[in-house]
Amino acid sequence: MVQPSAYLLLSAILFGIGVVGVVARRNILIILMSVELMLNGVNVAFVAAGSYLGSATGGIFAFMVMTVAAAEAAVGLALLIALYRLKETIDITELRILKW
Amino acid sequence: MELIFFILFGAIATGGAIMVVTRRHPMASALYLILTLFAVAALFVLRQAHFLAAIQVIVYAGAVVVLFIFVIMLINVPDDRLPVERTTVLRVLGVIAAGLLLLESAVAARRFGMPKAPASDSGSVEAVGRALFTDYLLAFEVTSVLLLAAVIGAIALAKKKA
Repeated sequence: MVQPSAYLLLSAILFGIGVVGVVARRNILIILMSVELMLNGVNVAFVAAGSYLGSATGGIFAFMVMTVAAAEAAVGLALLIALYRLKETIDITELRILKW
Repeated sequence: MELIFFILFGAIATGGAIMVVTRRHPMASALYLILTLFAVAALFVLRQAHFLAAIQVIVYAGAVVVLFIFVIMLINVPDDRLPVERTTVLRVLGVIAAGLLLLESAVAARRFGMPKAPASDSGSVEAVGRALFTDYLLAFEVTSVLLLAAVIGAIALAKKKA
């Protein structure tokens, strides 16, 4: 029998690794993948909570998070393609045309 | 038994996640992301969430990561033009902040207890489908609007200017 807190700990670890990827990397593709990692970490917590509480609601929330993640990946990658056409780079520090 | 598989797949997921954020080439990251997503799907199976495990493999490993790989191949950045990672003060501070966030959530997770519920099949296709099409029907329908907006947005953004 695995304690619920073990799943929550794993969820926190996946989320933390995703945060490191978002703040420390410069490659936009890897930043988007780190966001997917963070969303997945949250899903682990939702599914574990739902199953330990014996309720389907946790699974429904995870389902919604997956939908949002798929939509986010589609729009994020479309933005990336548009940016690459414009600036010929996937380096996030070079994309500062809005910075004064 | 569950403990052995939890440790095994938890270690695979964590290791894969670390590889995702540390690889230089995005293609290697994408392949490690698939590994992590499969390990998380295995953890869902451990929690008897069979429907979500299948969706995880089909939607995440099957669609989202393929989309990533497709874009990596489409823009095909030459190796010498990949961003060079430099260690700056802000970056180090960011990683320290992420570590503190992890520490805090770990402490919160350790304190967290859940009431012992009787074993149920709350993750089965039947239970999830019943909840999805009764209690959460409105959210489910709104989800389709979100996906439609994402599709139109993606096409409008990636389309070449005429």
